[in-house]
Amino acid sequence: MNSMQVLSRNTILGAVRASQPAAQPMPTIPHFHTNKPADLAAAFCASIARMAGVVVTEDVPDLDSFLRAKFPNAKVICSAIPEFAGTIKPASFNDWSEASTIDVCILRSPMAVAETGSILLSDMELQVNTIAFLAHDLVVLLDAQQIVSNIHDAYEHPHFKQRQYSVLMTGPSGSGDIGGVVVHPAQAAKTLTVLLSPAPNAGKRTG
Amino acid sequence: MSRPVDQAKNAEKFLADTVHEQRLDKLLWAMRMRRDAAARQVPEWEDLRSLASAIKEHTLSNLSDYLIQFEARATANGVTVHWARDAHEHNQIVYDLLAEQGMNLLVKSKSMLTEECEMRPFLERRGIRVTETDLGERIQQLDDQPPGHIVGPAIHKTNKDVAVLFSEKYGSDPNNEDTAYLAGVMRENTRPDFLTARAGMTGANFVVAETGAIVVATNEGNADLSANTPRLHICSVGIEKVIPTTESLAVFIRLLARSATGDTITQYTSMFRGPRKGAAMHVILVDNGRSARLGMKRFWHSLKCIRCAACMNTCPVYRRSGGLSYGSTYMGPIGIIMMPTFEIRKYSELPFSSTLNGSCSNVCPVKIDIHEQIYGWREVMEENDQIQVVKKEAMRVADKVLSHPALYQIATATLSTALEVLPHFAIYSRLNAWGKHRDVPDAARETFHEWYSTHRLRANEEVRS
Amino acid sequence: MQVALMVPCYIDMFYPHVGIATLELLERLGIDVVYPKDQTCCGQPMANSGCYEEAQATEEHCARVFGSFDCVVTPSGSCTHHIRNKFTAGADSPERQNLVRNTYDLVEFLHDVLKVREFPWTTFEHKVALHTSCSAIRGLNMASMSERVHAPVFSKPKALLSGVPGIEFVEFERVDECCGFGGTFAATEEAVSAKMGYDKLALIEKASPECIVSSDMSCLMHLQGCARRQKQDIPFYHVVEVLNGVSL
Repeated sequence: MNSMQVLSRNTILGAVRASQPAAQPMPTIPHFHTNKPADLAAAFCASIARMAGVVVTEDVPDLDSFLRAKFPNAKVICSAIPEFAGTIKPASFNDWSEASTIDVCILRSPMAVAETGSILLSDMELQVNTIAFLAHDLVVLLDAQQIVSNIHDAYEHPHFKQRQYSVLMTGPSGSGDIGGVVVHPAQAAKTLTVLLSPAPNAGKRTG
Repeated sequence: MSRPVDQAKNAEKFLADTVHEQRLDKLLWAMRMRRDAAARQVPEWEDLRSLASAIKEHTLSNLSDYLIQFEARATANGVTVHWARDAHEHNQIVYDLLAEQGMNLLVKSKSMLTEECEMRPFLERRGIRVTETDLGERIQQLDDQPPGHIVGPAIHKTNKDVAVLFSEKYGSDPNNEDTAYLAGVMRENTRPDFLTARAGMTGANFVVAETGAIVVATNEGNADLSANTPRLHICSVGIEKVIPTTESLAVFIRLLARSATGDTITQYTSMFRGPRKGAAMHVILVDNGRSARLGMKRFWHSLKCIRCAACMNTCPVYRRSGGLSYGSTYMGPIGIIMMPTFEIRKYSELPFSSTLNGSCSNVCPVKIDIHEQIYGWREVMEENDQIQVVKKEAMRVADKVLSHPALYQIATATLSTALEVLPHFAIYSRLNAWGKHRDVPDAARETFHEWYSTHRLRANEEVRS
Repeated sequence: MQVALMVPCYIDMFYPHVGIATLELLERLGIDVVYPKDQTCCGQPMANSGCYEEAQATEEHCARVFGSFDCVVTPSGSCTHHIRNKFTAGADSPERQNLVRNTYDLVEFLHDVLKVREFPWTTFEHKVALHTSCSAIRGLNMASMSERVHAPVFSKPKALLSGVPGIEFVEFERVDECCGFGGTFAATEEAVSAKMGYDKLALIEKASPECIVSSDMSCLMHLQGCARRQKQDIPFYHVVEVLNGVSL
């Protein structure tokens, strides 16, 4: 830190110390489980649907034919999961802007939230963070056992303390900036499809 | 020395445009109704508000410790932390970071702080092109207007306004007012900048001291694109945005989107803890008057603000005035209590752009006593000689009359005098303003006082004075 | 029981019949009503305009006039709110403290102190649009507010009016949005103030009431001014007039 920065830092901290009101206590934060939904998967599906996300609850035994049927014009399919090859892996991108060539991106999320319909992704699952944002369509595998009740539960996930980048993603990108009417897509993914599928190491918590 | 912003006159102009005014009023009231519906779904809503308020008050009253903790943790994660005392210092830091690597394009997501610092003109004058990637911010940038609302910067514009603007700037179809089409025009025209820019900037909704992370909430994913695509991520954030822990973050995330738009959460709630390999992340902690405001006994609670704009959506004055009428970075109820701390004279009349109805304080997720602070600022304006001399004089006359029963009774005895006295002290320099859009009340045949004297005064009634 | 009657300055000047109805109603209920002749104003117009120093003499006078009474009643939510919550321009004194403690809005007094619920001496077979002022709702807790979505819904003025045989209430949208009066705001930002008034009247009109009733004459003064300007012929009544007995 150069000397100007040291001066700024000390000035600000000094001013804050001089101004701050008498210390007030930190409250205890409950996790509000009294209204926990009985069926977390159903609650998750309803929540994500409100944000234009799509959930496929039936078993998808063949991911390849599922993708060909759903995205017939897709040429570049980036797979970030080991059990599916796709046409390209995230590690192939030298510059993160190259992810803009991706048509469909396949990922697995380690956790979802019933309250909001959010799925968790981090640099661990993404490897190249931009694959989830520059790809046109996202397909995310999720183990229904890894759906938690609410946001309080969600923020207990170790990713938030360990990863350099993590995101709670809720549906495809949208914007209500024109006339307050939410439209999709805005700048990032056009669609988000979640496939309920048990994790490969089912029973062992990943991440 | 600038003249005070005449919000009332600006509002009158906005009202004359019935198309825009009616649309804004309906749209934002609908937003308020969506907020109500979302709150109804959360039985613990009032508990969350109390918790959020308490967490912020705890943090602000221990702010120096939390800032130091954040700096240590962020630095350990590979983040470079900068400190900016004021807007100019902030802008200089940003410029230096870009210039030292010869960067001349910056993509950025929404940051009211950078508006406050007037960063864009500062950078543009020095040859750096800045692309606002938030749709609302972009619209306002193209139209050379400041944001009109802190969540939806262009919410006051009709689809037609945007279609015409985009056709002028992007060559799109001026007659296609479809919202999805317009969003598509934005997407097409912004994507190239995401891919070529070597620097991206975000603001931050929250700064988590415990982990050294910053949190950004967007609908569009433009913050994630701005921060992740280039190899340089700069985050500008006010020092008041600090919260202690990831656990406390949950409380705010549950309140933020519900208060702003009625959704349970924004599409992207992202946490940036540090740079990837081969990239750099810088966080600029900005004071710009916040530490001074922290020392204001009556007004420091305004620092709890999480920028949800619920106060604006519910404010009946804002909805009929439009955000641009305030002539300020922050507008509506929260703007009224923040802006005088930046420039007291320029914003000396804003505290009067309120009916003190109190709706704002009751939708505020962090329980800022907004309407009480608005009232408090009125007193401060008097203490600082910011009240117009004419108005003060009229009030002095009123006080003299109203504190002397004999004078008061004489003044109100004759009907025409009554009408002169009452509107006079209410109207100060705007004579007959009452009657501009309303009929004046009929003067009574006799005042209550006269009636009582005539019909009820008993010889032996004790009159206490 | 003895009560001092405070008649707000604008009711004294423009709506003395509201003061008369208040006096008559309290006497009907067996209250010994004293009207201190030297009363003038509570100081709100000056204090709300930020002319705090210019409210001092008026507020001190008010404290002197009323400060020795155990109970002060006024047919005005805004004056009560000012006295109870913002009465700080004048010097502190035992009289001021007394006044702050003992002032009631008429509706509060009837509902909470006298606990009256029946008004059998009159009928009011009409459809009423009930408007409750922001001072009454958010300042005096006289009715629930729409922002607090989980709080029980209640309204003291409605509870009282429901005791008048024949009365019907109409429902209208944005029921607790501010009418736009706001004290001196009505003149300092009159274009917005008037628009708020017009908008509220339009929403009320959609429900087809026969009259508009409120416990704050200041709101009604403003709405009446707006209505007349638009040649709307709807009558306005203070709650106390309906409770005491009035015909359309």
